[in-house]
Amino acid sequence: MKAVVLLDFWASPFGQRCRIALAEKGVEYEYREENIHGDKSPLLLQSNPVYKKIPVLILDGKPVCESLIIVQYIDEAWPDRAPLLPADPYARAQARFWADFVDKKVRRCSPCVRSMSSIRNTAFLVPSNVFTHQVCESAKKLWTPKGEAQDAAKEEFIEILRLLEGELGDKKYFGGDAFGFVDIALVPFTTWFYSCETYAGFSVEEAVPKLVAWSKRCLERGSVAKSLYDPLEVYEFVKKIFG
Amino acid sequence: MDPPSSLKLLGSWADSHTHRVQLALKLKGLGFEYQEEDVINPSPALLLHNPVYKKVPVLLHNDRPVVESVVILQYIDETWADNPIMPADPFDRALARFWCHFAEDKASLCQKAAVDQVHDNLKLLERELRDGEFKGKRFFGGDKIGLLDIVLGCGSYWLAVFEEVMEVKLVDPGTFPAFHAWLKDFEEQNEVKETIPAIDKLLEYARGIRQMMLSLSNGTSTTAPATAGTTSAINVTVDGSSG
Repeated sequence: MKAVVLLDFWASPFGQRCRIALAEKGVEYEYREENIHGDKSPLLLQSNPVYKKIPVLILDGKPVCESLIIVQYIDEAWPDRAPLLPADPYARAQARFWADFVDKKVRRCSPCVRSMSSIRNTAFLVPSNVFTHQVCESAKKLWTPKGEAQDAAKEEFIEILRLLEGELGDKKYFGGDAFGFVDIALVPFTTWFYSCETYAGFSVEEAVPKLVAWSKRCLERGSVAKSLYDPLEVYEFVKKIFG
Repeated sequence: MDPPSSLKLLGSWADSHTHRVQLALKLKGLGFEYQEEDVINPSPALLLHNPVYKKVPVLLHNDRPVVESVVILQYIDETWADNPIMPADPFDRALARFWCHFAEDKASLCQKAAVDQVHDNLKLLERELRDGEFKGKRFFGGDKIGLLDIVLGCGSYWLAVFEEVMEVKLVDPGTFPAFHAWLKDFEEQNEVKETIPAIDKLLEYARGIRQMMLSLSNGTSTTAPATAGTTSAINVTVDGSSG
């Protein structure tokens, strides 16, 4: 049996992507919670020397980093079941494009934004006892009530969600009938919607009802339900960061 | 073997992402039609085929667009199986994707980065080439150029341009012998020589940009640097070898 270890943090949407993928494939693994509020474990520092961040998947002692890369790796390492990417190259390209879009756009608006300076770990915008990640400007504006700046950030966020909803259309999942890569890339961020709504004062369901319906369909899957946390729990966590 | 008209590339002559796709198509021996785009005034075709980002490169295959260079490279590799760009093993694929992600991540910083940040990134790559997973290999892809060589290589020539324009030494063979050797080997490949524009043209372009930015910050106006295709798109048919 392969020894599979996932270095993770419970609230991380990036880590959740990996958990969903492993669950879809029915892979047994050891989950290790990293204390990102404090010192990083030697295993994390050794496994991800470039970015020093979770999630990291370690298979037979070999680490793979970056959540979307991990998900593709999981798909390719266990090719005999539950394909996460479609077979057709053009459909695969579309899936990679939209998953990358989620990474470029949606996570910018989330407090869980990646550090842009990996080596020096500059944490000049966020209290260092919480994350060592740098919160980008748009995320900061969304989460800190400051009138016009927050309104603009909110509009940008809704626009991004609308684009995604447009891509989803009337399909069951982003890839069609089969749950897959883009769904995995995006669904963890949906548990942050309640927090976004509360902080920025808008209704996601009103703005993008089809997307919300899609998120509920995803939650009906065991892999998703057991990997994500209740939006209220997420909200409590967010309050600790932004007050 | 596809006839040239089934493949069309919308690109920009000085854009390293465009070069990546051109190089990959050449390595695969695929003929394609090339259309030069004015990146400042995108054509209707570009806006139609890449509505999300409105940027080059865009690969049209039988009129279906694929965008984002690393997505395009993988699409090309999966559609035409000869002369593979991606490694076969899932872990090696994850590694190649990781370092492509690193290259993309750091490249955007390099434009504004201080020399020491560029050196930090080079140190990481040097270490991987000398002692890491790529130790003993001529290219990141092994004996032949692969995905990571294409992504890193098409962009590394800007280091030489930067060195000239800023009068600073970045890729010192004494400090980065493995990287320097890899870059020289890469640049010697015929397909690379055919793809990358002459250094003096890139220098002229870079100097023009720098002049423009300096005079903008000084408050004086100046004309934009000459770029190919600023008036109309140029259609050029490029013939690759058959088979």
